[in-house]
Amino acid sequence: MTGPGQKFFPRPRPETAAWWEGCRHHELLIQSCMKCGHQQLYPRIICTACMSENLEWTRSAGRGRVLTFTICRRAVSEAYAGDVPYVIALIQLEEGPTMMSNIVECDPESVATGMPLEVVFEKWSEEITIPQFRPFPAADQQ
Amino acid sequence: MDSLRGKVAIVGAAETEVGKVPHLGATALCVDAARRVMEDAGISKDQVDGLVTCNSMAEPYMYHAEVIAEYLQIFPRYCVTANAGGGTTFSSLQHAATAIASGVCETVLITMADSLRTGLSREQAMKIQSSTGHPEFEIPYGPTVPAFYALIARAHMDAYGTTPEQLAAVAVSGRKYAALNPDAQMRELISVEDVLNSRLIADPLHLLDCSLVSDGGAAVILTCAERASDFPHHPVYILGAGEGHSHEHISQARSLTVSAAVDSGRRAYRMAGLGPDDIDVAQIYDCFTPVVLIELEDLGFCQKGEAGAFVEAGETGLEGSLPMNTNGGLLSHCHPGNPGAMFALTEAVTQLRHRAGARQVRNAGTALVHGQGGIMSSHATLILGRERN
Repeated sequence: MTGPGQKFFPRPRPETAAWWEGCRHHELLIQSCMKCGHQQLYPRIICTACMSENLEWTRSAGRGRVLTFTICRRAVSEAYAGDVPYVIALIQLEEGPTMMSNIVECDPESVATGMPLEVVFEKWSEEITIPQFRPFPAADQQ
Repeated sequence: MDSLRGKVAIVGAAETEVGKVPHLGATALCVDAARRVMEDAGISKDQVDGLVTCNSMAEPYMYHAEVIAEYLQIFPRYCVTANAGGGTTFSSLQHAATAIASGVCETVLITMADSLRTGLSREQAMKIQSSTGHPEFEIPYGPTVPAFYALIARAHMDAYGTTPEQLAAVAVSGRKYAALNPDAQMRELISVEDVLNSRLIADPLHLLDCSLVSDGGAAVILTCAERASDFPHHPVYILGAGEGHSHEHISQARSLTVSAAVDSGRRAYRMAGLGPDDIDVAQIYDCFTPVVLIELEDLGFCQKGEAGAFVEAGETGLEGSLPMNTNGGLLSHCHPGNPGAMFALTEAVTQLRHRAGARQVRNAGTALVHGQGGIMSSHATLILGRERN
């Protein structure tokens, strides 16, 4: 799914397919261990806390905070050049797990550590929808 | 764990031309480093019975070390392609030393090279290096390698009040040594202002906070300590070695500001029976300036959160308490990718041979060399000594 001029498309695997299917329906799904209660990202076939295989998908509230971030002034490839300057951040979800994403719908210069965020979804293809985050509450709701 | 202390010596060390070396491809550079190091050690290729290489991005092979053995027409009994990354140089050295200490082989050649500058287009080099990100959960968002490290820099700034000026001081420190090193790729002195005025690549990292993109290779020869005096140069002994591995992808890191250098350092110090105060010169992986600060702290050279002030105060200079990256480091000497850390090793050997010329640390008797690969993922620390005990 990567060609010249195209962004790097994720290729879902058996254990991550449900995550991407969730994104397609605008839901952020995280794995919860039915044995010990641990919640984790990225999706795996085992619980990283207790090695149980008894994992279920639970819907995240889709909110979190900026753990750390950077503003990319130089794109990784031509396909991302139009987005410059774009924000790459590590986001800690309210449920606990941490994920990487972009922070969008705001001035990159306004992003700060600890800033509250909510998930938004960007459709890339019929199969792939990418979760991104925006400030919460959004500027027009403040 | 003192199993390796004083048992294995580095008896050869050599570097190829670095910077832009268009007349040699990556494979040829690797062989050129091998040729030079055999000359340095005064041995013939028939005496090499162990070979370690790392793969090249510009000229990759499925089984790289086998290709180099074939090219050289040597027939080793120990032949390993280390899976690259900045930490692997030293972890592969530990493995090679273990092979010697346990009698698997006697004389190991470690040779590593790549042509990131002229063997790849800039776009290709960026793309390959960024593939260190997770293919599903990181790469789609468009992170560059500087962006990954910028995440760490920001976290260190937030946690400890580290400033962009302090990050810049790391680059300035390295460049002072490079100015004394005729082999360095970038030798013109720079100031903190120059770093801060250079182009922002990924906030807070400026262009001069980022290491170079180079062609080049370096090699060492190891053998057992008992044979070390049979070679032309003063031997350098392996006193301690340790590794630490905490994650592969930065979004999975247990901590953004404390690295597995804590583990690799502790293991290496314990094997050597030495501590940070016993180290005369350090070569610390400096792919980006914030990495150096975290490593200095995690290796015990200063308290957590104080490395910015430590470097700013000049402690890493030739007259400071810990001369560091005395060849100019990855920031100013050269950085050909996976083989980058090899130059820290050859520089440490040069220092302990007391052959470093204008940048020689007076009476250097011990050196610490530290590499990290991935995004602060895998760490390896070596402690080397001019004397066996």
